[in-house]
Order: sequence, then structure tokens, then C-alpha cells
Amino acid sequence: MERYWKKNLQTLALLLFIWFLVSFGFGILWVEELNTIRLGGFKLGFWFAQQGSIYSFVVLIFIYVIRMNALDREFKVNED
Amino acid sequence: MDLLTWTYLLVGLSFALYIGIAIWTRASSTQEFYVAGGGVSPIANGLATAADWMSAASFMSMAGIISFSGYDGSVYLMGWTGGYVLLALLLAPYLRKFGKFTVPDFVGDRYYSNKARVVAVICALFISFIYVAGQMRGVGIVFSRYLELPIEWGVVIGMAIVFFYAVLGGMKGITYTQVAQYCVLIFAYLVPAIFISMQLTGNPIPQLGLGGEVADGVPLLDKLDGILADLGFEEYTSGKKSKSDLFMITLALMVGTAGLPHVIVRFFTVPRVRDARLSAGYALVFIAILYTAAPAVAAFGIYNTIQSTSEKSIDALPEWVNNWQQTNLIGIEDKNGDGKVQYLADPATNELRIDKDIMVLASPEIASLPNWVVGLVAAGAMAAALSTAAGLLLVISTSVSRDLFKTFRPEISEKKELRIARIAAAGAVLLAGYFGINPPGFVAEVVAFAFGLAASSFFPVILLGIFSTRINREGAIAGMLAGLVFTISYISYFKFISPELNTAAHWWWGISPEGIGTIGMALNFLVCFGVSYLTPPPPKNVQELIQEIRIPKGAGKAYDH
Repeated sequence: MERYWKKNLQTLALLLFIWFLVSFGFGILWVEELNTIRLGGFKLGFWFAQQGSIYSFVVLIFIYVIRMNALDREFKVNED
Repeated sequence: MDLLTWTYLLVGLSFALYIGIAIWTRASSTQEFYVAGGGVSPIANGLATAADWMSAASFMSMAGIISFSGYDGSVYLMGWTGGYVLLALLLAPYLRKFGKFTVPDFVGDRYYSNKARVVAVICALFISFIYVAGQMRGVGIVFSRYLELPIEWGVVIGMAIVFFYAVLGGMKGITYTQVAQYCVLIFAYLVPAIFISMQLTGNPIPQLGLGGEVADGVPLLDKLDGILADLGFEEYTSGKKSKSDLFMITLALMVGTAGLPHVIVRFFTVPRVRDARLSAGYALVFIAILYTAAPAVAAFGIYNTIQSTSEKSIDALPEWVNNWQQTNLIGIEDKNGDGKVQYLADPATNELRIDKDIMVLASPEIASLPNWVVGLVAAGAMAAALSTAAGLLLVISTSVSRDLFKTFRPEISEKKELRIARIAAAGAVLLAGYFGINPPGFVAEVVAFAFGLAASSFFPVILLGIFSTRINREGAIAGMLAGLVFTISYISYFKFISPELNTAAHWWWGISPEGIGTIGMALNFLVCFGVSYLTPPPPKNVQELIQEIRIPKGAGKAYDH
């Protein structure tokens, strides 16, 4: 069970790193630098702050769901 | 049909639908009343969570706030969605495995202390009351603007509807009405957004239209930057707030969102742990549909408003400007007497005053859409306010009947507990209605409170309760109190005691009251760790409980003990 928990924590660390990067990183800390790059009619930093971060959040949760379901089965702690 | 008839018809139909669902899903046990019997499918729970979460403020005001603050408005977009990642990864699955009915349940059991439970109940009640008063006010405002009824009548009708399905149906009734309310509100939000996006940029998807080009081939956002700069405002895509403040506000809103009791409790209603994970994902999808459209509505709204008013003759303004002047949401004052409207950043020469709610409420008229769309937006705003109010009322009634009554009088029968829950819900509706009709002057101000308190009280102790086996009763109580007292003091000082000092120069470390929840949370963590390591570790049965909630296997339905 300790290995299950450790793998869970590793998954969380990776996903939360991306969570931080797309919102606080791209949307706030480095927004000016990214704004020099364009994505169609958007400045990239602005796009991350108002669109991209939200799309990333959705993807992150679904990656978590898939990854954890696989982990549950691997360690036979799944519910059915 | 004229506008008023359409509005009455659509709002009336939506109310009939909610009442029909409430009768169909009447709760008959405490389990159904508290957690809808624990049998809600992940998609239905995702829809209900989205409606529960998106309030009158999300629906009516958020786009307008972004219109007038541009890039700075991103804090709400990221803050109010990013919290779901924290919720899905760090809280929801474990709380579902724990399998009780409320957040104070978890705090009380994990920290083996009724004192900790009571502190949690007080936080939950305080947060929920602040929030629900705002929703009732929202219902009243929609009634008065669209149905030409006095605000008081609007609040009373709203109370009657919520009373009916929250008191009768409990969580079960609320869940299925929220599913219907999500459908109403998202349809109402997107129809005008799609049409306006088509008209301005030729792209029917608002999220893409935001990056599209206006008629002369210039990207909309660049055009907007130029127009606003000419009028003396900040560029739309760059902000005024400092980076550290943006950072702190976003984090406080994210953590606060993850710690709101009425959102957390929704994840007790699904059958399995993996359903809790999945339904957090669905919830964020449904929320993101509105939250990614909102910045588009915001940019289209401010662009259209400036284009149709700035330097235009006052006698020849479009009809919607005149309509909304009557409700005092738009004000025009020809200060220099040239017969034209000047919209400028300088308050001394600016002649146009626009309420932020205009960007959503007037959007159908700005796009010259038929009257039924206006009625639809009214029904949508109502759905947003009612669904959130109902979720909050349930938290209030559960806190009273279960966390206070049942904890200290464990011998009461289930039937009696259910009756107390219903009476508490009824009492809460009346109190919320009272505050809706006589709003304390500070309703808008205290929303910062709700998020700040959720961030500085609940989030750290729940998180540590799952991820640490060392944090004990003493640490949790001390941490919650430290976070709470600090956050309440800071916000009260700048919002109520000395509002004249509420500027960046006086804030500690340049952090506004909206963002101080982040510091409150950090303080809670620190105190929690410090005190826990100075006092004995939790007893063995609690250690086992923690190991137990970390694995999904063996999750029964949410049960009564």
C-alpha cells in the first residue's frame, strides 16, 4: 500500500506542477514575455490567463482520473 | 409577443419545471435529504455542481467585471476554475471515501474532537449565510429589472420557490433541479454570446471569436487595446494590478473554491470514489463552457458599448442605451454640452456611466436579438441565483440538524432529525430572504470574506487531515483559529473599520483584502504543523482511519453512524 500511496503522490506532484505552470506561470509571472508571441488574434500570455489555463485544468483532471483508475487496478484497490 | 410576456412565460415555465422535479424527487430519509441517497451519476453530479457553483455573480457580473478590468479580470477566471483541480486531486476522492455527510463531520472525526467540529460548523454557517444573502438579492434584482416587480416581491417569490424544493426535496430535490437549472442557464448565456460573436467576428464560437478579427481585418483584442488607450484607459490585454497581488488573489480564490462547503458536499452524493474524481472533471467541463465564453462576452460587450456610444450624438443613441438608462444601469451626463457622449478614463470629463451587469443583461438587445432571448436571459440569471441559494441552504440546514443537533443529542430518531433539518432549512430561507430585502450595505464587500475564510479555515485542515498522519486535534484547532482570526481582522480592517486606507500603499506586502486568504492559509498551515509537533500524535484508530480513506476499495454509500 505504501507504494500505491507513493505513486499517487508522484502523480499529484506532476499534475500540480503543470497546474501551477499554466496559470500562475504562463498567466501571471511570465505573461509579458509570452505576450510577445501571438496565437492568431491573441497574445499568448493573455490567452493563457483567460482561456488556456482553463482548458488545461480540464485536461489535468481527466488525466488524473485515467491515471488513478489504472493505479487502482494495478494495486487491486479498485472498487469493483 | 412583447418582451414582458415572453419574460413571464419563460421564467414561469422554468419555475414550473423546478417545482415538478421537486415533487417527483421528494426525500424520505436523512440519507436522501443530506446526500441524495448517494446514488447520483457522475455526469448528473457534474451538472449539479456546475449550477451549484455558478451564482448570480458568475452569470450576471463576471463578464462585466472583466470588461472593465481586462487582463486583471483573469484572476476570477483562473481562480474560480483552478480550484476544481485542487478539489479533484486533493480533496474530493478522499472525502467521498470517508463517507459521511458534511465537512464538519470529517473535521470532527479526523480530529477526534467536538470542539474542532464546532469551529468547522461556525465557519460553514458564516460562509454560507454571506453567500446566500447575495443570491437572494440577485433573484430580487432580476425580478425588478425584467418583470417590473418591486425587489421585495422578487425576493419573496424566489424564497417560495427555493423553500418548496429545498425543504421538501433536500439534496435529492436540489440535485435534479440543479441539473435542469444548469441547462437553462448555459443555454441562456451562450445564445446571445454566439450571435454577438457572429456579428462581430464572423465566428460562431465565442471562445474563438475573442481571438478573431473585426470587420476591418484587425484582431478584436488589438483594436480594443487601441480604442481604450486613446480614451485614456489601460490597454485591455495588460493590467493595473501588481503581479504579487494578482498571484495572491488567484491563489486565495482557487483555494477558497476548493474549501467551500456547498461545493465539497456535492461529492458525497456519488456512489464510488472513482465517480467523485470523474464528476469533478465533468463539473469543470460544464463550468468551463461558461467561464471560457465569459471573457469573450466581456470583450464583445465593451467593444460594442464604446462603438455605439463614444462620440455619438445623444439624441441618436441605440434603443438599448435608452432602455437601460431607465433602470439606471446606464447614465449619461453631457458635461461639456456638445450634445455628444464622451467615454473617457478621466472621471472629470467622462460622461458615460455603465453598470457592469449590462454586459450580460443587455447582450440580447445589443445584438438585436428577438424578445424571447431577453426572456431566456432572465430565466438563466434566475436559475443561476436559485441553484446556488438552494445548495447553500442545504449546507445551513445540515449543519444545524446534523453537526449541532445530532452530535450533542445522538439519541434522536431519524424521523426527528429529518424534521429538524427541514425546520432549519425553512428558517434559513426566511433569514436569507430578510437579508435579500434588507441587504446589509456590505453584501458585495463580504464576498471576499467567504473565499478568504474558506481558504484560511477549511482547506488546510482537510488537506493535512488526509495527507499527514501526524497532524492532531490541537494543531487543527489552533490552525483554523489562527487562519480565521488573521483573515477576518485583515479584511474587516480594510473593508469596514478604515476603508479610506484600503489602497496598495497601506496593504501589508501589497496584498489586497481579496488576496489575504492566501496568507491566512499559510498561517493556518504553519500553526497547524508547529502545534501538532509539540503535542502527542493522534490516537491509533485515527491513524487507521487516515490509511483507510487513502485507498478507494471498500467505499460504501455515504452512511449514518
